[in-house]
This record gives sequence, structure tokens and C-alpha cells, in this order.
Amino acid sequence: MAPSLRSDETCTSLEAGLRAGEIGALARAISWAENQHADVMPLLNAFQSQVGRAWRTGVTGPPGAGKSTLVDALVRSWYASGKKPALLAVDPSSPLTGGALLGDRVRLDRSVEETDVYVRSMANRGSLGGLSRVAGMAADFCDAAGYDEIILETVGVGQAEVDIASASDVTVVILTPASGDGVQAMKAGLMEIGDVFVVNKADLDGADRLKHEIETMLELRASQENLPEVLTCSALQGVGMDEVVQAIERRRQTEEASGLLKTRREQRAMDRVQRLVRDDLRQRVWSEVGMAETARTLLADGQHPDCVAQDLIRQVFHALKTQGDFS
Amino acid sequence: MTGARIRVLVGKPGLDGHDRGAKVVAASLRDAGMEVVYTGLHRTPEQLVDAAEQEDVDVIGLSILSGSHMELLPQVRERLQAKGLDHILLIAGGIIPEDDAEELQAKGYAQVFGPGSSTADIVAFIQNTLNHQS
Repeated sequence: MAPSLRSDETCTSLEAGLRAGEIGALARAISWAENQHADVMPLLNAFQSQVGRAWRTGVTGPPGAGKSTLVDALVRSWYASGKKPALLAVDPSSPLTGGALLGDRVRLDRSVEETDVYVRSMANRGSLGGLSRVAGMAADFCDAAGYDEIILETVGVGQAEVDIASASDVTVVILTPASGDGVQAMKAGLMEIGDVFVVNKADLDGADRLKHEIETMLELRASQENLPEVLTCSALQGVGMDEVVQAIERRRQTEEASGLLKTRREQRAMDRVQRLVRDDLRQRVWSEVGMAETARTLLADGQHPDCVAQDLIRQVFHALKTQGDFS
Repeated sequence: MTGARIRVLVGKPGLDGHDRGAKVVAASLRDAGMEVVYTGLHRTPEQLVDAAEQEDVDVIGLSILSGSHMELLPQVRERLQAKGLDHILLIAGGIIPEDDAEELQAKGYAQVFGPGSSTADIVAFIQNTLNHQS
């Protein structure tokens, strides 16, 4: 009988497990990230030099566009060509209870579940950018455990949830003919982050028209270099899926050749630093420094909320400069 | 929303197309603040245990109304043990006669919820058992 991972797990044991590609160790490492375990940073640091071997593909789009079905096809295609895929599928947490119903496994092909593809359902836990706050960390752990094709599937998004662009090497935006009218409104945000656009449900009317609309929108871009490809497919009927996989792989070659990939990965590291600093500072300022109390007092004095905010910021920086540490 | 959350896999083992009960329970657990991984219909014991390992769940709740519970449910338990995952709290629900329920509890199922069980009881059972452990 294998020993239970939980009873005696340490940073060292998880590191060894990850190096050996053990699924249980990977699963626990991701939970460490989600639960902000005290030793998650040392564990992550142990793999810093190796992380970056895997390709990261983001799949995003409105609810019901066919993200899970496309992801299923990607996983199968890469698995069939000898790759080791891992899927991180994000669903929303309830803002009221914090609970979540994670249903991405329902749509996965049975044959995928029987292979050694790693699948992790993640709740976004209040993160508003379409991903979980720790999705990047979870992807690092998959990379460390030897998975070489990491797919990040976002929650169903509207226009502004664009965290996926900084978390992946290639971002696939999937739409349907029903999204058609929305594309006009979506010129910003979602429509700016796609490296490959896929119009799914091409068995319905309007798919070609939407494809042309997207292409027209792309032609208006200031830079005409490395323009995204726009494809149609029917995930349901299995038509055009191979072409999507090929387009993703062409895009990778383009990014590698143009130096875009390097830029993106550097930007990704920077984004993560900024995001973690922002989140950590926010949490500490509100929970440890007693800012909420001060804010309530100032508001009760009849001060304008915006002025209160400026006042608090001045106080925080003053404390930083005089004490060097405000914790 | 930080810190640990209870993660539960809700699964339907075997050839049983009735998933209303499983979905009602899954929704109740979600509303109680848990993260629920629903795996859909027609899963084998192997698929369920593999999914539970990948998802690092604290609890597995199996719903079965097909009558083959004495065949399939012990297999899930055996596979969990073989993989060293016996820290996972194992519960079941569905059309399960009392004698069978007792036997399943002797075989590692912490609780069996038969017809008429309330979702509040299931939520409370999970919360109390896990709080007691930690």
C-alpha cells in the first residue's frame, strides 16, 4: 500500500514527488497554492530553473461557446502525438458562499480520462480576471511534474476578463455565430487578446459572416504584423478541429521566430510580480494595519470617500518610510 | 476568499442514468461553501478514484440507484486504499437497503444516505466529520 501523502507530506517530499511526476504530489502542490500554504514559495522556487519547458495554451470565450469541447479535442490531439497534456479548468466561485460547482469533467471524453492526462478543476475564488489567482502557479507545478502541454481554460467570459493573455503563450478566443452582434461591442478586451480566433458551431448560420467581421476588425489594427488567424469549426461534428491545432502550432512558430514568445514570457513574469504584490499589499493593509477602522472614522467625520482614500495612502507610505516595515 | 475549502467529488458509478439526486446534493454542498467536482454519468470505480486523486478532494460522495451498489462501491474503497488515498472521507447515497448500508459502513463508508435524507444532514455530516479530523 502506498503511504498516504497527507500524513507526512513536507516541502521535500512534495518536491521529490513532483520530480518523479507523481500525480498525487502534483495534486497536493496545487492545493498548497490554492490554500496559500506556508511552504508553497520554497516549493515553487525549487523548480524555478526548470519551469518554462511546457507550452501554455489559453482557451477563453463566452459561456457556452464550446471551450470545454475544444479543450477536449486539443488534449486528445496532443496526447495522440505523444505529448503529455495537463488541463487546468477554471469555474466561478459563488461570491456569496465561496462554494463552486466544477463541471468541466462532465464534458471530457471518456478516453481522455482513462489516459494519463492530468485534469484539475479550479474555482476562481473571487478572482475577476477569468482565471484563478494561482492558475499560473498551478501551471508551474504541472511543468515541474513533466507535463509539456498545459491548457488553461477560463470561466465563461464577457469582455474584460483578459488575465489569460498574460498566463499563456498562445491565447485561443472561441466564439459562436450567436456572439456575432457582440463582436462590435467587443472590439476592446477579449477581441484584443486572441492569437487564434475560432468561430465554433459553424454548422449554424452566420459563422462565415462572423469570421469576416473579425478579419475586418483585425485589418484595422495599427500593426499588421503577426495578425491572428481566424478559423471556423464545428466541435460537435468534429469538423475543423485539426486545423485549429495546426493554427496554434503555426502561431507558436511565429512567436518563437519573431521574438514575441520571449517578450510574452518576460511580461508574464512581470505581471505575476505586480499582481502578487498588489494582492498581498491590499490584504495586509486592510487586515493587519487597521486601515478599515481609520477609514470608518474619517468617513464618520464627514470626509469625502476619495479624500479618505488619498489620506490612507499617504499614511501607508509615511509608515513605510519612517519604519521601513509596517507589518 | 482565501484559506482551505472543503473539496468534494460527486460521482455516479456504473450504468445509472439518474443524476437528479447527485445534482441536488452537489448544489447543496456548493451552497454550503464547498468546491464540488461533478464528474457526470457512467464512471467506473477506476475513473472516479483517479479523478479524486487528481483533484485532491477531501470527500467522495457517490450516488447510485441502479442496484449494483454492493458490486461497485466496495471497488471504489479498495482502489482508494491501494493508491494510499484512504484519508478521503467516503459517503454514498441512493436506493440502498439498510442491510447493505451496514455492510458498506463496515467496508469503509463513513455514512450511507438513503431515500428521504435531507441535504442539510449531508452538509452537516461532512462539516462535522472534517472539523473533527483537523
